[in-house]
Amino acid sequence: MIRNMAVLLAVIGLVAMFLPMVTDFQERENLNELAADYVEGSINDLNTPNVVTSVIVTYRGLDTLGEVTVLFLATVGVGLLLKGRKEDMIRISSSELLGTTSSVLVAMIMILGIYIFTHGHLTPGGGFQGGVVIASGFLLMLLSNVNVKMNHSIMHFVESFSGVAYVGIGVAGLVLAIGFLNPGILPLGRFGELFSAGAIPVIYSLIGLKVGSELTSILVTMGGEK
Amino acid sequence: MIPVIIIGLGVIMLAAAIAAVYFKSLLASIISAGVISLLASVIYLILGSPDVAMTEASIGSGLTTVIFLFALHRVRKGKSDD
Amino acid sequence: MISSYTLILGIALLIIGFYAMLTRKNLIKMVIGFSIADTGTHIIIVSLGYLRGKTAPIIDQAVSAVNAVQKVVDPIPSALVLTAIVIGLAVTAVMLSFIVEMYRKNKSLSIDDYQELKW
Repeated sequence: MIRNMAVLLAVIGLVAMFLPMVTDFQERENLNELAADYVEGSINDLNTPNVVTSVIVTYRGLDTLGEVTVLFLATVGVGLLLKGRKEDMIRISSSELLGTTSSVLVAMIMILGIYIFTHGHLTPGGGFQGGVVIASGFLLMLLSNVNVKMNHSIMHFVESFSGVAYVGIGVAGLVLAIGFLNPGILPLGRFGELFSAGAIPVIYSLIGLKVGSELTSILVTMGGEK
Repeated sequence: MIPVIIIGLGVIMLAAAIAAVYFKSLLASIISAGVISLLASVIYLILGSPDVAMTEASIGSGLTTVIFLFALHRVRKGKSDD
Repeated sequence: MISSYTLILGIALLIIGFYAMLTRKNLIKMVIGFSIADTGTHIIIVSLGYLRGKTAPIIDQAVSAVNAVQKVVDPIPSALVLTAIVIGLAVTAVMLSFIVEMYRKNKSLSIDDYQELKW
């Protein structure tokens, strides 16, 4: 009884907290100064059509570095908690048809993922989305083909290589350009082309590889390995 | 037209959320939570954030559901053991 | 107009998720409640960044580079929510691993069986 009252009180408190937000809410008409500056800077200084990408990779680049670190720590945590439990593997018997079809599909999914993260500065998408698509390709491989064996050393190599290269590009920006993670170390190119926007596509591709390998190892650990 | 779509999506999402809380079966709850994320990605698209919509559709409704199902599988397997 | 509807929707999802976290006994149900509240928070933040009648912040045929500032929605909430979704997945994975490990030790998913820290 006291428990139910406490829950009711907490929920009513939450509603009361959010009520002023709803009653005073007015749809904004114009960008605030900081956002307008980001939009103009993204077009004029960085040659990046996708403004969200330039905010993630350049203006808030340090946040993204921290976020990738948190993802890495989560991967380590999941591995530490669940590793070495051999009795937990998922056993599914797959037919010849399923195995053959999935190996064709996996290649196409990988190409889609690579396309998404290399074109992150031109179209919607980028390293996080592309990395998740790559991880889902590995998931299909894991589920459809019982005989597949994940090569952990390659996965760890890709993961640590992309992390080190990400920080290395950041330090190179400190030395060669105006600040940490500044994309001006490579030529800006022409607006709207694939090889443009300085180091932004390179950084976003590295984020894509890192996120893809980390999410793959989370999935392999949670699903149980061979 | 757009407000009607948003209200329709919102009603389905709230129904799925309440169902996810009250379903007896854990599997049904997990799938309902996935439905909420999938419809949320449509909302993000209407609000002019296609990047967020892509992320939510792939992570929120894809990988999160898969991770929940893996955890459920491990728990169920242990239960059948004893 | 439409962002006030989505704001209310986000707050409702947040409250439902919070209620589920407080009242459910099953550990996995509590994590599902967390995931619903997470989605609600993201919808609230994206709604706050919406500007009436404007479009996605990507320069193409629809938005020319000259008057882009007058035509696009706020890109900063989109960027923040994008990273928050990935972090949400990582947090959910860690929570579920803890639940699997707790189940292995105590063979129970009910919160009533874990009373070591109860006073």
